[in-house]
Amino acid sequence: MRRYRLIEHTADTGLVAYGKSLAEAYANAAYGMFSIIADLRRVSEVESRTIEVNERDKESLLFAWLNHLIYLFDVESLLFKRCDVTLFDGKSLVATCYGEKCDPSRHHIRIGIKSATYHMLTVDPEKNLVKVIFDV
Amino acid sequence: MAKWNGPLEKVDEYRWRIPQSYKQGMRVPGLIYASRQMLENILDEQAPEQVANVAFLPGIVHYSLAMPDIHWGYGFPIGGVAAVRIKDGVVSPGGVGFDINCGVRLLRTNLQYEEVKPKISALVDALYQGVPSGVGSEGKIRLKRQEIDDVLVRGSRWAVEHGFGRPDDLVTTEEKGEMPGANPEKVSGRAKERGAPQLGTLGSGNHFLEVAVVDNIYEPETAKVMGIDQKGQVMLLIHCGSRGLGHQVAGDYIKVMLDAMDEYRIDVPDRQLACCPVNSPQGKDYIAAMRCAANFAWANRQCITHWVREAFCRVLGKCEEEAGLELIYDVAHNIAKIEEHDVDGKKETLCVHRKGATRAFPAGHPDVPAKYAKVGQPVLIPGDMGRVSYVLVGTDLAMKETFGSTCHGAGRVKSRAAAKKLARGRDILKDLESRGIVVRTGNMSGLAEEASQAYKDVTEVVGVTHSTGISRIVAKTRPIGVIKG
Repeated sequence: MRRYRLIEHTADTGLVAYGKSLAEAYANAAYGMFSIIADLRRVSEVESRTIEVNERDKESLLFAWLNHLIYLFDVESLLFKRCDVTLFDGKSLVATCYGEKCDPSRHHIRIGIKSATYHMLTVDPEKNLVKVIFDV
Repeated sequence: MAKWNGPLEKVDEYRWRIPQSYKQGMRVPGLIYASRQMLENILDEQAPEQVANVAFLPGIVHYSLAMPDIHWGYGFPIGGVAAVRIKDGVVSPGGVGFDINCGVRLLRTNLQYEEVKPKISALVDALYQGVPSGVGSEGKIRLKRQEIDDVLVRGSRWAVEHGFGRPDDLVTTEEKGEMPGANPEKVSGRAKERGAPQLGTLGSGNHFLEVAVVDNIYEPETAKVMGIDQKGQVMLLIHCGSRGLGHQVAGDYIKVMLDAMDEYRIDVPDRQLACCPVNSPQGKDYIAAMRCAANFAWANRQCITHWVREAFCRVLGKCEEEAGLELIYDVAHNIAKIEEHDVDGKKETLCVHRKGATRAFPAGHPDVPAKYAKVGQPVLIPGDMGRVSYVLVGTDLAMKETFGSTCHGAGRVKSRAAAKKLARGRDILKDLESRGIVVRTGNMSGLAEEASQAYKDVTEVVGVTHSTGISRIVAKTRPIGVIKG
């Protein structure tokens, strides 16, 4: 099953992520986001972080989840290639994320992401699909 | 993306109005500055819809404005200007953007192209080494926990007091690089954590350092006041913002405002337009935090300026005095400002959001430095990587029509993916080098995304601002060396 596809947007970049469940779509959105930043094939699973996010609704949860990962990339240079969502109820999410600290000599960095945005942000619980545009 | 099919009324050759009746909830009409030719690109995407959405903001006056570099953004269009009354209006973090105080500064030199040309490769190398750039780049400055708060309050002044630059630099920086009313307590720990190691870094995306030469001078008297003396004169252009600190502040406060909007019974068509009354606790907190991020960005450009001067003098074998390297001006193009403007014949205090738009105050305005009192505030409009950039000045008409605002750059017309399909980074590099432009970048695919073809022609963009009179063209520069983040 395809995990995500990129959306073209004039100034920015976005993606639609899919899953067998909404939780998986959120995990795949994270995977897609880090794939925009770097070539994940060269990233190993040597570090992990457990992340908990609580928000008012499923849209804010997606925004906060992705921005939390961007924050971790910014302060710890962590590139995550796998996120296991262990708890998900549409307002809260707990995930353990696996990846590696970015090493510019080995990891091909494509582009930085400033933030996930609310623009066109969509969470579709029927289709287990999420859509997000990033400010790059 | 679908073409925009909303109503557009021609006001004159360069002004196009979206009537207030287009959508129920618009409080003012929209107004787009563009030539007919540019309009075709603009209507190809949903930027005009965003102009209409911004018109929903409570307290907005006159028009929801779009400068000629308008393109499809998130929430606000890029190139958007929205002025709201502070007494009953709102402030929207989305109207400033994630990169708070992304901006541009221009330095002049006493050197001519002929003197720099033989050393341009060495100069670009030295600049690339001297100024950290790229995704995840960390600076050479190690801030202590308490020091970050000083940077957030004192901005450029902090940098100058720590040996990064000259006291004169503050005079020719918008807000003197130190916006009052910045309160670091309103900035989250995460924002500070992101910002602290990034002070003095260029970042990535469309941020760059450029060695340029004066290509043409259109108003010699005005140019002279700025120290732009003749064709071939070497200039340095710096374009960057507030890095992770600003991105985090924006994200933090969009959440704060979304959570509080119900309380104020505000309804906007796009969550990215989340906003709260300027005078509410949430509005005041955002403004205090945004000012911190703006000061961080000014300190950032100030530190970079210092290393640019060092590299330039070392490679050219000149002392700073000989080289010149005075700061012509520094402008913010993602910011919200509290300003006084005439609204229907009365003075009104407004919160002016400029999202990809530049302040363009006229001669005689009290916020314009004494040096430029007779000519107006310099406005710096970078083009794309391979093309020209412009120096303009603000005008009285900008005060009347656009709350003292003009465009900020070329404006994208093609997505990053589409740009990459047009050309590969390596081909672009070759093309630029064949035109005498030396490029250094750590990111070849990023280079392709910033290809000239992905942007509107900046000459057309500034042409519209000049023809309409919302700013005047003073000089044009062309690049000879580029460092891409």
